[in-house]
Amino acid sequence: MAGAFGVAGFGLAIDMDIQGIQKKLEATFGAAVGPVMEGSVENWIEVDPDKIDGVAEYLQSHPDFNYEVLTNLTGCDYPDKGHIQVVYSFVNYDSGSELTIKVNADREAPKVNTVMHVWAAADWLEREVFDLLGIDFIGHTDQRRILLPDDWVGNPLRKDYVEAPDYHGISTMRESLLSVDIPGRS
Amino acid sequence: MSLINSVPEMVLTTKIDQLLNWTRKSSLWYMLFGLACCAIEMMQTGGPRSDLDRFGMAPRATPRASDLMIVAGTLTLKMALRTKILYEQMPDPKYVLSMGSCANCGGLFQLGYSVCDGVDKVIPVDVYVPGCPPRPEALTEGLMMLQDKMMQEKWLVRSESPASA
Ligand code: SF4
Repeated sequence: MAGAFGVAGFGLAIDMDIQGIQKKLEATFGAAVGPVMEGSVENWIEVDPDKIDGVAEYLQSHPDFNYEVLTNLTGCDYPDKGHIQVVYSFVNYDSGSELTIKVNADREAPKVNTVMHVWAAADWLEREVFDLLGIDFIGHTDQRRILLPDDWVGNPLRKDYVEAPDYHGISTMRESLLSVDIPGRS
Repeated sequence: MSLINSVPEMVLTTKIDQLLNWTRKSSLWYMLFGLACCAIEMMQTGGPRSDLDRFGMAPRATPRASDLMIVAGTLTLKMALRTKILYEQMPDPKYVLSMGSCANCGGLFQLGYSVCDGVDKVIPVDVYVPGCPPRPEALTEGLMMLQDKMMQEKWLVRSESPASA
């Protein structure tokens, strides 16, 4: 995490940490681990989609890291870059250290290895990403939609999502709020 | 004459229609149907301060024992199908009160892909209560309007034509 947003007293140490973490990961996983990326809010490490399960297990079980909690797993669509990103946030409560890992999956056929065997919490979070972004989590034992109904068409959080005109006969056509005539207003 | 003399304490005269309506409006059991934040206000309305019990209203956990459905909250498309099934399970005569902007027209979520903008797209609505959320006073007024509406109903007369109904 960048200093400004880091846990008080940890900021700088963790900033240096991410470089150290990246070096250790690179030594273990080689080219599957990318360089540290600098963001405006936090820095992150990019990992290949077919190696994320190994990296996650390593970060969770290795005594040097011990990221025992997965606080978030979410996704974001980047059509202009041609990939869908899955974002993992880990926390080690002992040291207060936080880490963000991102995985870029090909937009046409997005496949990412599951981490549900590392953190059980990933089960529903991956189902949510599957539901809303259509990412196929390889190895997930129960990959079903979690929020939308099972017979829903499409993945609404994709930028090119087109809404169906109706759902089981219920029209989804909505009047634009800007086109409504308000009496007395020209 | 002898009958009236033998029960001198109290005599009521009324019309059968009104008696039926009065009994029905005074025991309006409503189905628990909180879908979002409006449900909190609905619970408040059932609480001691606005006290729905004084209208003879009691919450029911099943549609088969309910007369009234208070749709309190955002209706998603997924829930809309289930709402229709629940409505069909309620015995006649049945009523629907749409509580809050979300149930009326989708409210601030109406452009969302998963939101059904208005419960009247799926089931007929008797009373709309505006607000986000409506205060217990507003919901109570809506329920009193529904009671007024129930008092206007005629059960013993069959209407001649649909137009005059
Ligand atoms: S109308 Fe307002 S308070 Fe009621 S469910 Fe919608 S957002 Fe919540």
